[in-house]
Amino acid sequence: MTLLITIFAAIISTIVWYTHAPKSVMKVGMLCWLFWGASLMWLVDAVFEYLELGAAYFTPAPQDMLNDAFLGLCVVALALVIWLVYVLIKDPKGVMKSYLIQKNKEM
Amino acid sequence: MGCFIVPATEAVVTTVATKVMERKHKTDCAAEHQECSSNEATQATRLPFVQKLKWLNHLLWGGSVLLCFEHVWHGEVVPFFPFLTAAASPEETAQMLHEMSTVGVTMAVAVTGVWAVMVLVSNAMEQAAIKEERFVKQEK
Repeated sequence: MTLLITIFAAIISTIVWYTHAPKSVMKVGMLCWLFWGASLMWLVDAVFEYLELGAAYFTPAPQDMLNDAFLGLCVVALALVIWLVYVLIKDPKGVMKSYLIQKNKEM
Repeated sequence: MGCFIVPATEAVVTTVATKVMERKHKTDCAAEHQECSSNEATQATRLPFVQKLKWLNHLLWGGSVLLCFEHVWHGEVVPFFPFLTAAASPEETAQMLHEMSTVGVTMAVAVTGVWAVMVLVSNAMEQAAIKEERFVKQEK
């Protein structure tokens, strides 16, 4: 489930990136790298698990599936937080900069 | 257990390599300014290799960070020494090292392989774009 959720996140972020390419003001490309990197690594992990468990890999216990789905959602949330912090620091639209300057002038 | 350590180590190496190559590229361009500007047309169509190496950095770092979180989730990585719970006993350490040498190495190889394919495809696309540009110029 974690792999599946991450792959869907990677696909969605890539579509969003492509829609706004080549001018990616919101730095969505960073999200793509995060999700695709993790997806590839989890895919390898899944292949190893499949080799070990066989067909049983595709019939996980409901509790394991729920836990994996919860983990997948948390991974997506973490990636979004990382991206948000990155965007705020890079400040591609200059919003933070102008906000800080305005605050300084008010003081 | 600690499989993400292998791609994370590769990420450190490729990041250092990128920084070194970037510095070298800038120095070379400053030293041979004329040559760099004369190749402007080609430079505009072709992405420098350093830029492509950054793709690998991003893939490796992105994957390693999210996998590290997964390991924290499963209680395999802890915020205190020795940081990896498997390092507590020799048997678990051996198991961790085995996992790193199999799953971890395969992860690093898979990501690098995908990146290599991306570089090859982008090179072919750049080559096609240059050819098209030349053809348009000749027609004019």
